[in-house]
Amino acid sequence: MLGMSANSVSYNEQGSVESGVDAAQENSSIPGSFSSGGAAFSLFSADCKKNEDLKEMLESNKESLKLEAMKRIVGLIAKGKNASELFPAVVKNVASKNIELKKLVYVYLVRYAEEQQDLALLSISTFQRALKDPNQLIRASALRVLSSIRVPIIVPIMMLAIKEAATDLSPYVRKTAAHAIQKLYSLDPDQKEHLIEVIEKLLKDKSTLVAGSVVMAFEEVCPDRIDLIHKNYRKLCNLLVDVEEWGQVVIIHMLTRYARTQFVSPWREDAMFDENNEKAFYDSEEERKVEQTKPYIMDPDHRLLLRNTKPLLQSRNTAVVMAVSQLYWHLAPKHELSIITKSLVRLLRSHREVQYVVLQNIATMSIQRKGMFEPFMKSFYVRSTDATHIKTLKLEILTNLANEANISTILREFQTYVKSQDKAFAAATIQAIGRCATNISEVTDTCLNGLVLLLSNRDETVVAESVVVIKKLLQTQPSQHSDIIKHMAKLFDNITVPMARASILWLMGEYCEHVPKIAPDVLRKMAKTFTNEEDIVKLQIVNLAAKLYLTNSKQTKLLTQYILNLGKYDQNYDIRDRTRFIRQLIVPNEKSGALSKYARRILMAPKPAPVLQSAFKDRDRFQLGTLSHTLNSQASGYLELSDWPAVAPDQSVRNVEVVEPVKEAGAPALRKSKTAKSNEKFYSDSEEEEEEEEEGSSSEGSSSSSSEESVSESESEENSDDSNKSSSSQSEKSSSESDSEKKKKTLKNKKLQQQKPDSKDRKQKNGNAVKVESRSESESGSESSSSESSSESGSELDSDSDSGTDQKKNTKPKPVQSKPFIKQVEKKEVSLLDLDDFSPVPVTTPKSSILSPNLLSDLQGLLISPTTSALQASSPVFVPETSHELLHRMTGKGLSAQYRFTRQPCIYGNSMVSLQLTLSNSSDQALENIHISEKSSTGQNIHRFNAIERLEPQASVTVSMGVDFNDSTQAANFQLCTKEDEFSVSIQPAVGELLLPITMSEADFTKEQGKLMGMNESSATITMTPENVSSQSVNRKVVSVANIGVIPSSQENIYRFAGKTVSSGSLVLVSVALKDPDAVITINTEKTVIGSMLLRQFKTALTNSCP
Amino acid sequence: MPNHPVPVPSSVLAALKNKTIHLSAAKMIHSLFLVNASGDIFLEKHWKSVVSRSVCDYFFEALERATEPENVPPVIPTPHHYLINVLRHRIYFVAVIQSEVPPLFVIEFLHRVVDTFQDYFGVCTEAAIKDNVVVVYELLEEMLDNGFPLATESNILKELIKPPTILRTVVNTITGSTNVGEQLPTGQLSVVPWRRTGVKYTNNEAYFDVIEEIDAIIDKSGSTITAEIQGVIDACVKLTGMPDLTLSFMNPRLLDDVSFHPCVRFKRWEAERILSFIPPDGNFRLLSYHVSSQNLVAIPVYVKHNISFREGSSQGRFELTLGPKQTMGKAVESVLVSSQLPRGVLNANLNPSQGTYTFDPVTKLLSWDVGKINPQKLPSLKGSMSLQAGASKPDENPTINIQFKIQQLAISGLKVNRLDMYGEKYKPFKGIKYMTKAGKFQVRT
Repeated sequence: MLGMSANSVSYNEQGSVESGVDAAQENSSIPGSFSSGGAAFSLFSADCKKNEDLKEMLESNKESLKLEAMKRIVGLIAKGKNASELFPAVVKNVASKNIELKKLVYVYLVRYAEEQQDLALLSISTFQRALKDPNQLIRASALRVLSSIRVPIIVPIMMLAIKEAATDLSPYVRKTAAHAIQKLYSLDPDQKEHLIEVIEKLLKDKSTLVAGSVVMAFEEVCPDRIDLIHKNYRKLCNLLVDVEEWGQVVIIHMLTRYARTQFVSPWREDAMFDENNEKAFYDSEEERKVEQTKPYIMDPDHRLLLRNTKPLLQSRNTAVVMAVSQLYWHLAPKHELSIITKSLVRLLRSHREVQYVVLQNIATMSIQRKGMFEPFMKSFYVRSTDATHIKTLKLEILTNLANEANISTILREFQTYVKSQDKAFAAATIQAIGRCATNISEVTDTCLNGLVLLLSNRDETVVAESVVVIKKLLQTQPSQHSDIIKHMAKLFDNITVPMARASILWLMGEYCEHVPKIAPDVLRKMAKTFTNEEDIVKLQIVNLAAKLYLTNSKQTKLLTQYILNLGKYDQNYDIRDRTRFIRQLIVPNEKSGALSKYARRILMAPKPAPVLQSAFKDRDRFQLGTLSHTLNSQASGYLELSDWPAVAPDQSVRNVEVVEPVKEAGAPALRKSKTAKSNEKFYSDSEEEEEEEEEGSSSEGSSSSSSEESVSESESEENSDDSNKSSSSQSEKSSSESDSEKKKKTLKNKKLQQQKPDSKDRKQKNGNAVKVESRSESESGSESSSSESSSESGSELDSDSDSGTDQKKNTKPKPVQSKPFIKQVEKKEVSLLDLDDFSPVPVTTPKSSILSPNLLSDLQGLLISPTTSALQASSPVFVPETSHELLHRMTGKGLSAQYRFTRQPCIYGNSMVSLQLTLSNSSDQALENIHISEKSSTGQNIHRFNAIERLEPQASVTVSMGVDFNDSTQAANFQLCTKEDEFSVSIQPAVGELLLPITMSEADFTKEQGKLMGMNESSATITMTPENVSSQSVNRKVVSVANIGVIPSSQENIYRFAGKTVSSGSLVLVSVALKDPDAVITINTEKTVIGSMLLRQFKTALTNSCP
Repeated sequence: MPNHPVPVPSSVLAALKNKTIHLSAAKMIHSLFLVNASGDIFLEKHWKSVVSRSVCDYFFEALERATEPENVPPVIPTPHHYLINVLRHRIYFVAVIQSEVPPLFVIEFLHRVVDTFQDYFGVCTEAAIKDNVVVVYELLEEMLDNGFPLATESNILKELIKPPTILRTVVNTITGSTNVGEQLPTGQLSVVPWRRTGVKYTNNEAYFDVIEEIDAIIDKSGSTITAEIQGVIDACVKLTGMPDLTLSFMNPRLLDDVSFHPCVRFKRWEAERILSFIPPDGNFRLLSYHVSSQNLVAIPVYVKHNISFREGSSQGRFELTLGPKQTMGKAVESVLVSSQLPRGVLNANLNPSQGTYTFDPVTKLLSWDVGKINPQKLPSLKGSMSLQAGASKPDENPTINIQFKIQQLAISGLKVNRLDMYGEKYKPFKGIKYMTKAGKFQVRT
């Protein structure tokens, strides 16, 4: 084909005439004119000839000519010109081999098929063929075009194609199918039921590629079918981080709606909290239980959503950040809201349009929760280069944020704005000052005085706005401000803006009693100029006259009559009407009757002061971040956010029973296949073969067991080995192995290390049970010692088949596995191992060299496991009674304090470690006001206990507090204060106290462990003291060192424990494998530092002989 | 939809169906119009049924009402549609929306479209778009399916549609190959969609630019009202294969609020404050960060000014002197001062000690290209302004906007500690550059 720019050059030459014509046409259709369509028609005759030659080109045999013709046609379409008459010529090329030509034909088809339905049908068979193409890109684009052709006759064909594509092996094609659902739905809404079926199927899809698109389809086709989400809820939450950014936005919005129907409000909690804060904190624990029949506990699924969306605040995509922010706004407990602030403020650096939307949302938020944005007040300062609507929004937010503390800063800033050259903005500032003045009574006078000064401003709009605002302010407290009214009367002559004049006159009339001397004089002046005034001013003159007549008729009777006469003959009927009405009302005559008696009460009725409030006051009736919120009116298709249900619907609907897929034999196989999938995806160059292989390998995986997998997968190389080693530098090594042994094992080790962590740890279970021979290898220096030993054991299995079989059984989460299955496995193993020994597998496939252990674990993180939900916090197994000294009575001048770790989840914050503090007074006089000083020196977040007002001599009291150690053993330093003294104290947490226990199934444990290999693993071999060997003592030792939960183990000599770090929630997995008299401790955690510290402590605990 | 008892021709039925399209919520982006500065639509693209370009009349109305091009509201409601527009490079990208959608979703997407055009054509101008209309169309087709973003990652798009280059044009002419990829880009399916596979370079290099911008408002007296630092790390990575990089900082605590390219492993950052990532190929923004206004920000330049207008006189004085302040010994370069003088100013007669200045009597924009600040001899601009005869004294002195650059310095003090590569064997060439720039740096006078 011809190259791009060559084409475009020739196109331009030809197009030069055309563009001239073009310009003429477009000029005729500039602003306001609707005639562009007509203009195109008038030009059509000119186009016709050119189209003739296009037709010829399309019908020629040369691809290059066809392509050029198509490019010109696309150019026509882009300009909005009609090229529909070329349809027959174009559609012939739909089956072209040239992919670019084909694509351009697709563009054309999608544009014109609706107009030329019969002809469009000619192309359908081509697409149907392409739907079966082995190339997934072709399948996908065929479906895209087919579903974009808006021809009702092909609805059944589309339906069929979508159903087929929804089960396609390629996730890309499935994604296209999800898009096609929406297209078909808008073409024929009657297909809804069938489409919902497809959506239901696709919602179950585990590919991150599909998730966003199918949720989009869900939102469009059946947003009310919330029941379809239940089973997929946890999956979507877990998947969210890895979905492409656009999908994230859609999913987050959908989940927001979902959560509002499924969970109870977390906001109630805050109210309770506040209430209890009044009382002393230490006993609130018990009290609350009494008071509150049912304390609020957040549904773990609710928490899951909040937790999994939080990292997305760091997204570079502003729409994602906004989506998460609105989710937190609508779903999070109020005290957790502050985390969105920074991210929203960050968005203000983005493009003008982004600023606009974000500022609007902040404006709404800042009304309800000033505190959120107050620290960032300066980020809302206006720059002279901001666009006007940005300025106004910033002003709005600053006004919302104003309080007693910051008002002076804000007013100083406002002073600059008032002088702005942008007069509309200056006027808006004056209104803002007025709002501040009414909201904060302390500054009302200051503001008023400032505004009065502005009355002498040269700019009319500023003056007018000031007068109007002053008028509103004065209405609140007129009696104190008669001098201001006088001042305004003096300025009256210089003010020309009608609105301002009218406002002053109204003020005069309304408060004429406060300015008895001046008001009649003003009226006198007005009588002179009445005829030259604007209508709005005239009306106020009439009003003023009437009011003065009622209060001071002696002085003003004649003036009033004069003015009423003028008004009677005014050109404006409003004024004539008003005059007539006023005259009847105030001037008593026989006809007027009862009404004039009440004239005074009618005209001089006290008028309520206007409420100055934000324009964003009621905006929060719309979900934040939506179009409706931006427009402040309901956009079509807006889905209401429901109120929280009073009682949470059944939670169990979201439970996903762990169904084993039929074709796969057992849980390990399932895991295996997933691992394979993700890895292959990652490498895949040519999708199709891989797809097939995927299937193959998964089924293979299901029939094979641990160690031969290592062979089938061992196409990897030293590389990963290297990186394994380098990255494991932090882990504890216990290399006590001899060199010679190492050499012997090198070959094997290499291969073993290449195994997927998944298979490794499964073998580990095997290996740990095997006794002496494998132990020597387990010390082989590199980090995954246990895995080697394990595989060793696997290789020995054929010889000691009995014990091997037993162990095999154990490795399966489902010990029900039948025996024949195992036998088959063993056979395979033999052959593979042989092969392994004699012909070393050729090293290096460069593809996989990228696999750093880190990446591997990342990849695994992408998988959705139906069982992640099984990670549940559990209660501590063991709570040590030992308390540590915080403050000795000598140093504390009689006050002594001890602390101990309660090992309970902290009630003050999820990332805090809960502590119990016992304070006792050993002096002979009462200590008063014991509290923790506000300033904490080390920056940890500390939840203080409520001050203890009085502690009698020899009395002691126990309080609880929370400290966020941030997953580090750095001591928390703070000041413990009494009324007289301050004592610096520090709490040094043992590493084990930074954890919380969790429970999980053994299978989950193994799986999670598999994700945390490499540098995330640290292990050590120790020699156990004899008394520690019993299972109870191991358990006791371990749980006394660290606050972790015991995982039921199906193997006798392996003990497993699981916990998570309090602050970040990272998993910490501990396993202890006993091999008389030695034991291997393995710790898997992302927090390598914690891991190695723990390891050290376990080592000491388990080798220590004292109980 | 009314039920007709009589059989109706299929075309009518179709028309009726089309009507229901409008009733049922059709989400996301319906059509896109590109409008140039003079208010002409020069390109249109529809992803669903065609929307008449007359819908843009509502946009033109708003355009007329706005005093400045930037003042057009980004979201404009019309009776049946909503128009969401962004303005970049003096082109309005107007998206037509039919129903509820998060506005930022559309805005972000439109900006992504502009970025892609810029990436492909070097510039995003009307001429460039018109010249490459076919590529533009192919791109838009790939980026959006049924109004929902499909492929916005530049690495993926480049595999689908090759950017036009002169060399490729020649090659294509000879060999007859096309600019359109025949295979699904591997990135689409992989877990690292941002990186294409099979990357090969003879020189393996990775460059990182730490660029910090200072946003500040300085008041009359020279004290800082607000100052914050906005930083980005832009990377240009040309490495073979699948490198896995880690980048660590000497002082990561400085980074107050960060947003990442999707390639960065968030958990690693949370836990260790280390950036660990498999980079995209080519140029990308690795991270942007914020050093908050709570921290003390060094202000590298100061301005001494004396701008005054006397009441009753038609003359005004203008004096401006710039000097370096906290620059850590580095030179302040590429200094450009601009100011919007009050409307009453007719002309300015100034004398710069260095550089050149211009004053546009129509827009009243004064700009002074200073160049480098020499601490020994401070640059100054002095002279008089003539005001409209009889016009009153302007109430506000103009705000002065300053731009500058300081090479080899990150003003926040951020320092990259080390950059390591795993997963590949070769030794890459690594480079890190620091730069400080003025962002929105304003001095009130």
